[in-house]
Amino acid sequence: MYGKGLRALSISTVVAMTTALALVFFYAPLEAEQGFLQKIFYVHVPLAIVSLCGFVLGGLLAIQHLRTRDPRWDMRSYVAIHMSLIFALATLITGSIWAKGSWGHWWVWNEPTLVSYLIIFLLYATYQPLRFAIEDPERQSRYASVFAITAGAFVPMNFIAVRLSTAYLHPRVLGSTSNLPGPMALTFLVSLAAVALLYATLCKYELTAKHTRAQVRALRRRLSGETARPRGGRSAAPAAPPVKVAPAGRTAP
Amino acid sequence: MSGVAQAPAERPPSARERPGPRPQTGLRRTVAAMLRKELQVELRTLESVPAMTLFSLSTFVIFHFALNRGSVEGDLGAGILWVTLLFASILGVNRLFVADAEEGGFDGFLLAPVERSAMLIAKVLTLLAYLAALELIALPAFALLLLGTPLGPALPGLILTLALADVGVAVIGTLVAAMAVRTRARDLLGPLLALPLFVPIVIGAARASAPLLAASHPTWPALRWLATLGLYDLLFGLIAYALFDFLLED
Repeated sequence: MYGKGLRALSISTVVAMTTALALVFFYAPLEAEQGFLQKIFYVHVPLAIVSLCGFVLGGLLAIQHLRTRDPRWDMRSYVAIHMSLIFALATLITGSIWAKGSWGHWWVWNEPTLVSYLIIFLLYATYQPLRFAIEDPERQSRYASVFAITAGAFVPMNFIAVRLSTAYLHPRVLGSTSNLPGPMALTFLVSLAAVALLYATLCKYELTAKHTRAQVRALRRRLSGETARPRGGRSAAPAAPPVKVAPAGRTAP
Repeated sequence: MSGVAQAPAERPPSARERPGPRPQTGLRRTVAAMLRKELQVELRTLESVPAMTLFSLSTFVIFHFALNRGSVEGDLGAGILWVTLLFASILGVNRLFVADAEEGGFDGFLLAPVERSAMLIAKVLTLLAYLAALELIALPAFALLLLGTPLGPALPGLILTLALADVGVAVIGTLVAAMAVRTRARDLLGPLLALPLFVPIVIGAARASAPLLAASHPTWPALRWLATLGLYDLLFGLIAYALFDFLLED
């Protein structure tokens, strides 16, 4: 049931990614000042937007978890943040490459978006250690949700504070889609949709994999006739909720 | 465990403070009782504040040698002051809930029929008191050891900035300390969680105090930094108030 729609989602992601890349390389015009280098914009900015939305989404799912106490929401929140962390790492790397190419430095402190992004990344990098350090699964999920909500609210606040602190040394020509010429704006929007689809697909894959693994474990336990066994080893990932195994033809002795 | 929620420092339970059969004790009285207990424990054990103060003094000395400068002012001065104060406050944050976790203070508090938010408020006030005590010593020491400009004219603005920043540090510190204290690696996780959350406070506080410590013509800080600090305090106050209960139940 968790794999439902996975194939359709994967196919649409592949199509969207292909379209986006084709548009980036063959349709979008070369930017006058930066030339070919500017194409990284179509990867970097969507990655950044999607990962930030993913962090906030993780916080919203965590609110749902604290309200309902349903471990499935915790699992979703964990997957959203986990995947956003990976996207955030990619954002920082592509951002560094872009900064090196256009400003000549791998890192610039007067670009507020870059700096606030790094702070948020550093904060979320403690999410997994926090989970890992709490052994009781119920408390682990509760504390992780508290963290996810706090950090999710921190994301916009941090952007405001850092932006206030930085003078606008670099004109923000590529700040929003409103001042992009038509073909560039179209390419950007398609890339954004493609990256968002990629995020959704990867999240769904991870959720499906976790549930499948839990299901397999439950089945194996039934086969060996054990009723309950603690999970082997500690993990930063939440335990998948117990799966009801469909009754087979004959039951284990 | 006795009926009184204040575990580590057993004081003779007076009939007035025993929770008794009434379902809820007033929030203000609970907070006052817990705050009194916290300060009493600190006065008896002298665990946090002296350590924080000593740490800040050593840090000033280290900054002197690391920068190889006899005096600092302006941006640099504000930066050194805030880095030192924040790192010193981390020491207090790390110790804030240790006694409750190890000596059964949490259990006692949860057994008492009082509002959970009382613990948050009491701990925030405790941390605020620690920070005030720290700054009472660290600020004159900073002026004496490192600051190149007279402290006097900057004092009113600096006190306002310190007060605004301290509220933020206390609220975030309490939330983070409660999150970290019952994990296995609490001494590691506390600072790791707190430092990124402190960044907006550093931005606001350091930018606000830089013009106050300027070598020539100290000026009042721009209003937007104070407003940033105030907004940040308010936002995290609300977040902590909404989420703290979830850290206590079990």
